[in-house]
Amino acid sequence: MIKTLLAAACLMAVCALFTGCGKKKIIGELTVINYGEYLDPDMLDLFTEETGIKINYEEALTPEEMYTKYSSGAIKYDLVCTSDYMMQKMIKDGEFLQIPWDQMEYKDNIGKKYYEYAAMFDEGNKYCLPYFWGTLGILYNTKKVSKPVDSWDVLFNGEYSGEIIMQNSMRDTFMVALKYLGYSINTTNPDEIRAAYDLLIKQKSQVQAYLVDEARDEVVAGNAVMAVIYSGEAYLGHEYNNDLAYVIPKEGSNVWFDCWAITKNCENTEYAAKFLDFLCREDVAAANFEYIYYSTPNTKVIEGLDEEDRENESLVPSEDATKNCEVCLQAPDDITALMNDLWKKLKSE
Amino acid sequence: MNEDKVRNGNKRSLLSGPYALWIAGFTILPLIVIMKYALTDKTGAFTTANLTAIFTDPINRKALWLSLKIAVGTTLICILLSYPMVLAMKHLGLGKKGFSLFIIILPMWMNFILRVLAWQMILSNNGLLNLLLTTLGFEPVRIANTETAIMIGSVYDYLPYMMLPIFTAIMEINEDLIEAAKDLGAGGFTVFRKVIFPLSIPGLLSGFVMVFVPSMTSFVIADILGGGKLQLIGNIIEQEFTTANNWPAGSGLSVMLMLLVLISTAFTMRRKTEGRESALW
Amino acid sequence: MKRLKDFASGIYIGLIGLFLYAPILVLIILSFNNSRSRVKWRGFTFDWYVKLFANKQIKEALITTVILALASAAIAVLIGVPGALGIHAMSKRRYKVMMAFTNIPMLNADIVTGIALMLWFVHFIPLGFGSVLLAHITFNIPYVILSVMPRIQQMNISVYEATRDLGAGPVYGFFKVLLPEMMPGIISGFFMAFTMSMDDFVITYFTKGAGVNTLSTMIYGQIRKGIKPEMYALSTLIFLAVSAILLISNGISAARKAPKQNDEERI
Repeated sequence: MIKTLLAAACLMAVCALFTGCGKKKIIGELTVINYGEYLDPDMLDLFTEETGIKINYEEALTPEEMYTKYSSGAIKYDLVCTSDYMMQKMIKDGEFLQIPWDQMEYKDNIGKKYYEYAAMFDEGNKYCLPYFWGTLGILYNTKKVSKPVDSWDVLFNGEYSGEIIMQNSMRDTFMVALKYLGYSINTTNPDEIRAAYDLLIKQKSQVQAYLVDEARDEVVAGNAVMAVIYSGEAYLGHEYNNDLAYVIPKEGSNVWFDCWAITKNCENTEYAAKFLDFLCREDVAAANFEYIYYSTPNTKVIEGLDEEDRENESLVPSEDATKNCEVCLQAPDDITALMNDLWKKLKSE
Repeated sequence: MNEDKVRNGNKRSLLSGPYALWIAGFTILPLIVIMKYALTDKTGAFTTANLTAIFTDPINRKALWLSLKIAVGTTLICILLSYPMVLAMKHLGLGKKGFSLFIIILPMWMNFILRVLAWQMILSNNGLLNLLLTTLGFEPVRIANTETAIMIGSVYDYLPYMMLPIFTAIMEINEDLIEAAKDLGAGGFTVFRKVIFPLSIPGLLSGFVMVFVPSMTSFVIADILGGGKLQLIGNIIEQEFTTANNWPAGSGLSVMLMLLVLISTAFTMRRKTEGRESALW
Repeated sequence: MKRLKDFASGIYIGLIGLFLYAPILVLIILSFNNSRSRVKWRGFTFDWYVKLFANKQIKEALITTVILALASAAIAVLIGVPGALGIHAMSKRRYKVMMAFTNIPMLNADIVTGIALMLWFVHFIPLGFGSVLLAHITFNIPYVILSVMPRIQQMNISVYEATRDLGAGPVYGFFKVLLPEMMPGIISGFFMAFTMSMDDFVITYFTKGAGVNTLSTMIYGQIRKGIKPEMYALSTLIFLAVSAILLISNGISAARKAPKQNDEERI
């Protein structure tokens, strides 16, 4: 019995070695943290093949989780991909190194418009490389609603009690309540935030669940009639279930940007720049786009889409749709603490 | 001769040297480290607030209460389901071959996260359970994202851990004892009460520990089946470490949780350390 | 009356069996579903099984998981068996202390163990495969000890001492006398440790490093965007493989027992 087990163990070890053989010689490593399922894994292999740099890839679900992993210091990350307000916070804390733009060949594949957006939280475009962007809106089943959805009202008026899914993310859920009440999502007025909380706690009994990306599958499956989701999920939602539609409510919403940055831990900025440049390259950006179908800021990729896709609001949000949308900015510490507290209370009531 | 035995005994106890070192390094030291985090606040100053938070903060109290409810419920249900199962298997003579054990163990080999996800699919509003109910003409039920769902998932996950020790204990009971009791006029229930049940207690205690502790402290099951609406103490601790970035608070809760668990299972430990091991398999 | 009891027993076992295996059936069926959807059946396909073998990440995660389980179980045996022997030879008080410490990782919630180890590791080693391995060994050793201990206690130490008295060295005595006696306990301890390690999620979740993924952590990460059906295929394969192994080994041990009974009857 022991002999067979030892033999099996040796066999496994040999197999492990074999999967390491036959690859290009590794000249360096980069440790990267990104959102889950946010990059085509084949691209990581392609990068290693082309450059010999190995990528240690980690995933985090939300910006807060990424920040916790990052600041614990347990793992030293070289590159980080996260959202606008978290970017802003980390820039202020001095966590990033400036991107060596001159080393990047493909940086202009990203449209100027997006660099301008990014400048809102990254003054002078020093630290952030736009990666994907999008809006937050409502995905709903057109066959199960009494009239087309165009307002956040449907989530609060009680008509669809038990059929609503909200985002399991503090800022996104507060954003919905704040926008519905007519406040700015970046308000620093504690009363407005408390008002949002009151609205949310009243809503809780009507909410079926607080989910992140799983919300899409739940609406597809018919377990809920509507969900607050990112525009990137909407396209696939519609693909899986043609009855679904995505709308950015008229009160306005949030337009978000996910960007890459090089951390101060990075010892080899040349390698990091190579990776960022690689991501901007048309074929790689196209592959990533097709992996997750979120809105890409890469103009070359957009030009490569066929007309129907280019018109699709959830893939390429138009100016019109986003005119009422704000970018999420980092809140002052006391406001963040207040929101944290209220969020915790909301989840446990 | 006795001296030799003693000397050999002492020499033999040195064999556990590596293990003792391992305990020191990987069991005791981490506990000291977590205590240190628990006793300091974010600035590094000494505080007991993290430890008392489990009782003082209403959010924590609520989560703890919910966890306790689910743990007690799960354990009781597992016990109630296991005994009849084991007795039924014994009655049908399924105990002697290893096959029946295999039936109970086998599900444990499918990854538990996937199995819990399967339950989420079964219990969801448009899921298999409701499909079955509506085809049979009943009203659909709304179990998804409720305490009931978490309880079902919990019972499902931990039932084998309760069944196995009880199974092992009962199968080892000498048939002669049962025969003797019957010969003395005992009916089925009396045989159970006076012979089978008392002899199964070591297994019951093992099962209790293996079910109560995980069901009280799990967070994955609540994560998947609770839809983000229900927080168990395990969820709160996990969030302190992964999203709220508050290690001292998380450590404080963990330490208190550990103490609560040790207190509630202390009565089973006495049996174990007195040398009467109950085999797990 | 007996027939009624038989019937009731059978029904009850069937119900519990249904309860235990329903989700597994669901997963197996989904592995053949010609669609990524978890709820719509779009036809039968072997696609996911084919794609599984081409999927590099899943293969890496599988290899990591298996090597982690084998290595941690093996090392746990190497530390735990001498440990059990040593503890058994201790004075009653020390014995109690050591057994109390042995029970701690088992009684402790895995979330507390995982977090405590992580906090400790963070101070002196970078998180990676090594840290997970150390963590797994730590929670595996108690299972080994608790499996082997009953065997040691039932063992008749006089046989070993007789061997020594007859001039055998301690190593010979160990291998020829003690080890065979303990073997069933060692095997079940190894098996338990291996199983616990394969299925572990929480402790791995907290102690793993960047890029290190076991099947459990990979599945957990995929919950949000939808589990890749290749995972269902993999789980089905593992399940079938283990079923086959257990069936075969049961068959072998049953066959082995049969001739012996015949011998006894002859005598």
